Amino acid sequence: MAATALGRRGPAVPSSSRGGRRRANLRALLYLSPWLAGFAIFFVYPLLSTVYFSFQRYDMFTLEPVGLLNYRYLLHDDAAWTALRNTLWLVVVMVPLRVLFGLGVAQLITKVKAGAGVLRTIFYLPSLVPLVAGTLGFVYLLNPGTGPVQAVLDAVGLPSPDWFGDPAWSKWGLTILGLWSVGDLMVIFLAALLDVPRQLYEAAAIDGANAWHQFTRITLPIIRPVLMFATVTGVIQTLQYFTQAMVAARVASGATDSAGSVFVPGYPDQSTLTFPEWLFHQGFRDYAMGYACVLALVLFAISMVFTLILLRQFRGFAEEEA
Amino acid sequence: MTTTLASRPVAAGPAAPARGTRGRTALLWIARHAIAVALSVMFLGPLGFIVLTALMSDQQALTSELWPRSWNWGNFAEIFETAPLLTWIRNTLLYSVLATAFMLVSSIPVAYALAKFRFRGRKLAFLLVITTMMLPPQVVAVPVYLIWARFHLTGTLWPLILPMLLGDAFSIFLLRQFLVTIPREYSDAARVDGCGEFRTLVRVILPMARPAIAAVALFQFFYCWNDYYGPLLYAGTDLDNWTLSIGLAAFRSVHRVQWNLTMAATVLATAPVIVVFFFAQKVFIEGVKLTGVK
Repeated sequence: MAATALGRRGPAVPSSSRGGRRRANLRALLYLSPWLAGFAIFFVYPLLSTVYFSFQRYDMFTLEPVGLLNYRYLLHDDAAWTALRNTLWLVVVMVPLRVLFGLGVAQLITKVKAGAGVLRTIFYLPSLVPLVAGTLGFVYLLNPGTGPVQAVLDAVGLPSPDWFGDPAWSKWGLTILGLWSVGDLMVIFLAALLDVPRQLYEAAAIDGANAWHQFTRITLPIIRPVLMFATVTGVIQTLQYFTQAMVAARVASGATDSAGSVFVPGYPDQSTLTFPEWLFHQGFRDYAMGYACVLALVLFAISMVFTLILLRQFRGFAEEEA
Repeated sequence: MTTTLASRPVAAGPAAPARGTRGRTALLWIARHAIAVALSVMFLGPLGFIVLTALMSDQQALTSELWPRSWNWGNFAEIFETAPLLTWIRNTLLYSVLATAFMLVSSIPVAYALAKFRFRGRKLAFLLVITTMMLPPQVVAVPVYLIWARFHLTGTLWPLILPMLLGDAFSIFLLRQFLVTIPREYSDAARVDGCGEFRTLVRVILPMARPAIAAVALFQFFYCWNDYYGPLLYAGTDLDNWTLSIGLAAFRSVHRVQWNLTMAATVLATAPVIVVFFFAQKVFIEGVKLTGVK
């Protein structure tokens, strides 16, 4: 058959493969079409639109070009810089602590033979608790008047701060909440730890390497990519940190809604105000939409840096065959 | 990849260093198990504490006592009278079920094409999927909000549901990561048997990908169930359009109730997630593993 095709159509191989390739491209286009449409409507267009609105004053009623005014306002908007500092605090403190804690817990599970499965379930469970529910629970739990945490700290002679009511401690309160829900990281680390070939440890033990050396010389180098990946994705997720800070501040402030009042996030004293919260507040509570777009572009630039790091460092991520 | 803890010898077990005496090993054993127990208490404690508080009386919930003096099961009935919880649950279910169904219909073909088709721009397309997955939703929030405002759909949950018809980057990514691990021979064999590309997907690939599909469906469902940012942005001020999560966050401030009722509502929002987890634990765990790098 191949021979007859050759005979009739001349150089069959290139032409048929070119036609086949075009058909393959069209078929791929068909399968990808929902996402391509979504990408255009909900990503490319809004991104360009964000740039456009950043040069306008817009409150959903009147649109007025204001040049660089919104950008200049950013330089004088202390709340935006506070929000950026708080978000970076969470990136620098919470992300590494979560990675270390997740690794420690995973390592512990590998060492405890009896009940390892039960432990994994216990440590994973809190990460499934809805963010709003978990945050409400922790505000109550850490509240000096109502929670047991104060009693425990008093008993061992440690000072017990008013976690979500004290600007010096509120971000630590959120960090504790973040450590409690470390389960998804733990599952990923545990899978990586169990994939380390056992023979390597046996060989090292014969050479007299102790547990610490085995961990630093064998385990860490092998699971390093997994740790790096978790750190970078953790940074990207933390740049979006919103729900826990919003709910904690709202509940801890004891604010009651009355007609026409708008809750301003950040309680206490802007200490939990994150960058996405300020963006949300500017855009959808104060309707300073043009200025919110400037904040959005700042967030875009920072997130893009880390996304590019991720894509560069983990080319294997997008490999042809995983 | 699918090894379970039970069936596999623990890799990092102590290989009995020559210097280690029996006493030291025993001490290590005790230390490890003590830490494991202490950590378990710390992880489960908050959940138990929330449940106990949910059963306390108004007055007792304001104290730091741990154990309810009286068991007020009526709290769970009272929260339904205090707030339109049934409406919120119905809205949350509508959002979660529709978004998950729409996501599956739109995302599976995209993930399949990215995993198995050879075409120009395939790598670029996948990089763009990862990029959209990584970028904060707040970056494009203003123009997207204005799109929905133009269709008069702000004040409803539809702006959160309808886009799912056009694929979800995270689900596409996760499904694709699973589908690339299915050997090409299976689809080749189906093609030799005269199956078209679409039939191959439905008859051969989908049954094999069932664990991954279950995982993305569960993740999507609970993402919606837990979502706070989305409904806060779109549901508006009418309590009848709210979801459980924004209702729960405003429970104390809007309804001016005590902690015990707030915690009862918290239990109500959390319980379904925990119940489903116990029935589908393996699906969750394998799904989470797919989100890591290999």
